[in-house]
Amino acid sequence: MPTEPKTAASLPDAEGRFGAFGGRYVPETLVRALDELAIAYDEARRDEAFQKELAELRFNYVGRPSPLYHARRLSEHCGGAQIWLKREDLNHTGSHKINNTLGQALLTMRMGKRRVIAETGAGQHGVATATACARFGLECVVYMGAEDIRRQAPNVFSMKLLGAEVRHVDTGSKTLRDAINDAMRDWMSSVESTHYILGSVVGPHPFPRIVRDFQSVIGQEAIEQSQQRIGRLPDLVVACVGGGSNAAGMFYPFVAETDVPLVGVEAGGRGPTPGDHASPLSYGSPGVLHGSFSYVMQNDDGQTDDVHSISAGLDYPGVGPEHSYWKDSGRVTYTACEDGAALAAFDMLAKTEGILPALESSHAVAKAMELAAERPQSEAIVVCLSGRGDKDAAEIARLREG
Amino acid sequence: MPAIDDLFRDLRAKQRKALMPFVTAGDPNPEFTERLIGEVVGRGASLCEIGIPYSDPIADGPVIQASYVRALGAGVRLNEILAMLGRVAPKVAAPLVTMVSYAIVYRHGVQKYLDEARQAGLAGLIVPDLPVDEAARLAEQCRAADLSLVQLVTPTTPRERAVRIAAASSGFLYYVSVAGITGERTELPADLVDNVAWLREQTELPICIGFGISRPEHVRLLSPVADGLIVGSAIVRRVAEAAEKPADQVIAEVGDYVASLLAALPA
Ligand SMILES: Cc1ncc(COP(=O)(O)O)c(C=O)c1O
Repeated sequence: MPTEPKTAASLPDAEGRFGAFGGRYVPETLVRALDELAIAYDEARRDEAFQKELAELRFNYVGRPSPLYHARRLSEHCGGAQIWLKREDLNHTGSHKINNTLGQALLTMRMGKRRVIAETGAGQHGVATATACARFGLECVVYMGAEDIRRQAPNVFSMKLLGAEVRHVDTGSKTLRDAINDAMRDWMSSVESTHYILGSVVGPHPFPRIVRDFQSVIGQEAIEQSQQRIGRLPDLVVACVGGGSNAAGMFYPFVAETDVPLVGVEAGGRGPTPGDHASPLSYGSPGVLHGSFSYVMQNDDGQTDDVHSISAGLDYPGVGPEHSYWKDSGRVTYTACEDGAALAAFDMLAKTEGILPALESSHAVAKAMELAAERPQSEAIVVCLSGRGDKDAAEIARLREG
Repeated sequence: MPAIDDLFRDLRAKQRKALMPFVTAGDPNPEFTERLIGEVVGRGASLCEIGIPYSDPIADGPVIQASYVRALGAGVRLNEILAMLGRVAPKVAAPLVTMVSYAIVYRHGVQKYLDEARQAGLAGLIVPDLPVDEAARLAEQCRAADLSLVQLVTPTTPRERAVRIAAASSGFLYYVSVAGITGERTELPADLVDNVAWLREQTELPICIGFGISRPEHVRLLSPVADGLIVGSAIVRRVAEAAEKPADQVIAEVGDYVASLLAALPA
């Protein structure tokens, strides 16, 4: 099924479907809140005052636009196409996650709710939510798997300093998936007073759409900056895919630009054996998880598989439904990058450019380096550098010692 | 005619109410569940809900979650559960209904699941993560297979929507007593009886109340307004002790507990 750019850009439909994907597979208890959220967002989207407030926050608080940086020494090292980095790592709180949390915090205020819950894997979404809540005086509770609390410790301290309560999740694999389960269960009991700031383009409608829209500022800026700096649109765009929010934000404005190939990079972990990676688009199949129909890693009984990635933010068995749609329609190519290649890219970016990327973003950098080496110097690859790597320094040191 | 419709027609004719235990399939193993179903029905339960263990249950509290973890940890598979239900269903005088995530039904194959459920002698299913807006096609397939698709109304459901859900539900309408997850509660919401009484006027369908019910006084309070009461976590918690105590003893204790709730139903 070839992509019709005009219709693709207007998805999801009223039921939250991106083609066959998406929808709302949640307990009835949550449906009213999701309906209210969809209405509140629809009104906010058209409200000039809302858009103005968000734009002002992006400019003065986040520090947008984030630069598009030509990584010349990294490009030279690869010996091919030019690598340009969209510097989401330079945002306030160090990743793209703040783009979404400020938007959703404004929605929270609009809906008259005073309490916010969130899940986090790498801790970047937790920090960005805690930050937005501090900024607006909202109560904030963040669910985080015990394994992630261990491997992303710096972000746990930050969340607490920002006034958030961090709740340890000890069930299942003790990672992002389990944190989402517990956040949803909290929401089941608190839905009338609490907004759930979901951190990626996953979950039931309208979350995939709302998060994509708030993140689309990445791609919009990248298009403008490419025109100005490169003189045209890039020849290739690359982003890492956990739940898929930085990739969706980068890709969505490019979807209609059908001449620009888009590449999403999943966590290939230790390799393609089930349990060793977190790459549902590369190795999984369609199914239901966390409220939507999308590619997922499951066994034949529909039980979610355990997954693995060196990066907590990509260590998730599902993916946003719009990515499933883009995969099946052929608009975006998805591929996996293994732990070792991501670590090597982390090192190379640090040494050639003086930039410590997040381990999540390192997956995109690794794939871009590989593709750059195969392409002529006249071509330009834009990579979403979704976050900075300070949070990962201690874990990388531990992995190297052990 | 689906077995659940027969059951409630019969109960209503006798002006009686249903007690409906929930048990987790495969906790701690399928043989135990098989005996437990026989026990609770033998004590007088009208219908039994069978929870199919799921790795990511959003609507469940710690007790049922833990039972799913135990069952899946012991390696139980869907085929084994359906085979076990196929053995027990013909032997018990009560309809059996699976409570099953759509993740499982979809992956197994929707029509295949319904065919196998029917073959096993099951009466219907409850899919707690499939709201009415997504359920039209499954409802149609269930109708064709002579299975009931029980849908849920909760305290957060707007009233017009509740009416729509009642129209789409079959077998009975499941009224969730609290905005929240499964688990025993001491106090039930103050407006619960009024809310069910309102719903009662909107539909002819039997209404059964679940979530939080665990005590004889809950049964006494709610049985006047409902056709049936569903008891889950209080039973699953007792089964959790099966690893430490002999199975016979645990099964008898659950039986006694169910009997204590049955005794609180109007005669
Ligand atoms: C820096 C960074 N990049 C990427 C991700 C993955 O999320 P997504 O795929 O939603 O962008 C995370 C998640 O924690 C992250 O912190």
